[in-house]
Amino acid sequence: MTTTRTRGAGATSFGPSALLGIPAMAFFAVFAILPLGVALYLSFTQWSGLGSPEWVGLENWRTLLTDSSTAHSLMLTIQLMVLTWLVQTPISLLLGVFLAGRQRYREILAVVYFVPLLLSSASIAIAYRNLLDPNFGVFSGGGLGWLNQNWLGDPSLTFYVVAFIIAWQFVPFHTLLYQGGARQIPQTLYEAAAIDGAGRARQFRSITLPQLRYTIVTSSTLILVGALTYFDVIFILTQGGPGDATRILPLDMYLTGFVANKMGLASAIAVVLVVLGMVLSLTISKASGFSKMESQLDGEA
Amino acid sequence: MDKNVIRTMSAGVAVGAMLLVAGCSSSDSSDEAATSPDTTTVWTTAGTDDVLEASATRWNADHPDGQIDVQIFENDPYKTKLRTAISAGQGPTVFSGWGGGGLKTYVDAGEVTSLQSAFDAAPDLLDRIFPSVLAGGTVDGEIYGTPYNGVQPVVIYYNKDVFEQAGVEVPATWDDLLTAVGELNDAGVAPFSVGGASKWPYLMWIAYLTDRIGGPEVFQSIVDGEEDAWLDPAVIEANTMIQELVTAGGFVDGFSSVDANQGAAEALVYTGKAAMQLQGAWAYSGTYLTAAPDFVESGSLGWTTFPTVEGGAGDPANVTGNLSSYFSISEGASEAGTANATDWLLNGVFDDTYVDELMATGAVPPISGFDDKIAASSAPEWNAFVYTTAQAAGSFQLSWDQALDANQAEALLTNLEKVFLFQSTPQEFSDAMNTVAQEG
Repeated sequence: MTTTRTRGAGATSFGPSALLGIPAMAFFAVFAILPLGVALYLSFTQWSGLGSPEWVGLENWRTLLTDSSTAHSLMLTIQLMVLTWLVQTPISLLLGVFLAGRQRYREILAVVYFVPLLLSSASIAIAYRNLLDPNFGVFSGGGLGWLNQNWLGDPSLTFYVVAFIIAWQFVPFHTLLYQGGARQIPQTLYEAAAIDGAGRARQFRSITLPQLRYTIVTSSTLILVGALTYFDVIFILTQGGPGDATRILPLDMYLTGFVANKMGLASAIAVVLVVLGMVLSLTISKASGFSKMESQLDGEA
Repeated sequence: MDKNVIRTMSAGVAVGAMLLVAGCSSSDSSDEAATSPDTTTVWTTAGTDDVLEASATRWNADHPDGQIDVQIFENDPYKTKLRTAISAGQGPTVFSGWGGGGLKTYVDAGEVTSLQSAFDAAPDLLDRIFPSVLAGGTVDGEIYGTPYNGVQPVVIYYNKDVFEQAGVEVPATWDDLLTAVGELNDAGVAPFSVGGASKWPYLMWIAYLTDRIGGPEVFQSIVDGEEDAWLDPAVIEANTMIQELVTAGGFVDGFSSVDANQGAAEALVYTGKAAMQLQGAWAYSGTYLTAAPDFVESGSLGWTTFPTVEGGAGDPANVTGNLSSYFSISEGASEAGTANATDWLLNGVFDDTYVDELMATGAVPPISGFDDKIAASSAPEWNAFVYTTAQAAGSFQLSWDQALDANQAEALLTNLEKVFLFQSTPQEFSDAMNTVAQEG
């Protein structure tokens, strides 16, 4: 490589100038960093959305820590996180590996499985609302026995129904991830294993799973951190109800801020969500060695 | 940091979060002055759009210097948008609201212009409007909002065919009602339909029962923020009766997932799956007449007032519901804009043509001396019922979620739902609400 002639100093390094990053950085600062700072500021104020915010110090944070309804919302969020992970991971892992096969009919199945992801959350929620309606829904015709339940109105059922619908919506996406991951696994490994006499189950356990571990990390991070942002589906399905049975933290933030007009407290909840999301994603990365990710091809690792 | 910068930024964050910024960025007051000096913007929610727009068109033809521009929004997004826009100093000249606690927060924040002196100068109009309805637009003895659409008391609708087949009488007292519940259940029909998934329909039950048991003073003391007002025995008794009604099978199966906003609660009544519904007057023209015109026109839809409660202190003529929607003038509006808006509100709204058009939509204006017009309207029996019910009411209580501040209203919806679902006892409900009320 020849040294490029430049007018400015310090421009001898290769690649595009750092100046090209400025618009993006400016955008990020204005639309991400600055609002975050304002939210942090608001969390120390009392503000109804009208007039000027009034500084109240740590009062919102004290409310947050002592108020049992926030704790309830946080618990629900964590439960939903774990539940959706437990439902989505095995299903999408198995589906993804299955669909990574090369037979033609699997492509058609892949398209069918993919359909829920093509629908918007709002339409999914409205569709399920109507399907599960105890008086006019699909199960209300009679003869379907236990299926005709008050799915979205029974406090002991609704949480699981919501988790199911969310899983239904996002399984295709994670299936796609696993499908991609599984297709990257060299066929030679399977051939060698077959020669050694390993059956399908053994191949799955000893080759597929270990080879997919980084995909599992990626998918799990998306599921777990994503659980902090479930809002649209639940808002339309239940509005956090019945009672507060599905009032997860993001919904609690919305209702506190935009319905009860307590912007200060809502900002504090927002900050909690941001911190929670960052801690979670950093922990998963660290614990799984994701940051040291290496190529798995050509005999490495 | 400059206070205004913080204000604007904070508002900006709120707007960004709601993705509602698109529509209001161009309505900055200074921009407005530069582009169209004489336009008075009016923000309102959907409902009587045609009537308002017709009024604005007439007004604009006569007033080249003071144009009215009516902009219609959807209900729930509107509340957030209005709050954000006004907070950022970009609100409309005239905005619509529901009176009560919501209006009070705007008045307390100094964002609303008083209409008192304008009304004092127009005593005729002041006399025509039902005092109970005008009270909803009054804060601390001063008028800040003027009603502009129909009066909407909450009544019991019932399916006459179902009542006939089951051999049930229309309940006049609470005991009658419980008897009817038993008979209807025996006949295999759900007694009451309620749109529980939307939460707010539950409010009508506690509002009526509290009023019948303890009189309007009980809720008034809650609105006034008096200490331990939520612990009043009448509130606890009302919730106890609600739970008795639920236990007796008073509501349709799965009532907690019936969506009121999609008309499912009304559908249960006109399809004969449920016999009755406690709902506001808006359901008549808004749902029954549009979704099941044959049912209404064949005379199968009946209506009656809420039953009396034996030994209760409240006057059985009292009603609860939505008084009307109100127009208020923003404090931030220009002088010319305020003058034009005031002129329009007092002379362009509720003039004869306006009232005729309003009544043609099935709404009943809260204006006295209207009996002739009602007799000549398209639904004379219904309109007369609403009109007399509203006019005869000694107390016309604004729906609780509108009368209270937003914080208590939000907590009320959640806690009341827990009562209906037996997740809370009546005592726990009152304790929870009392705690919220004390937070201030």
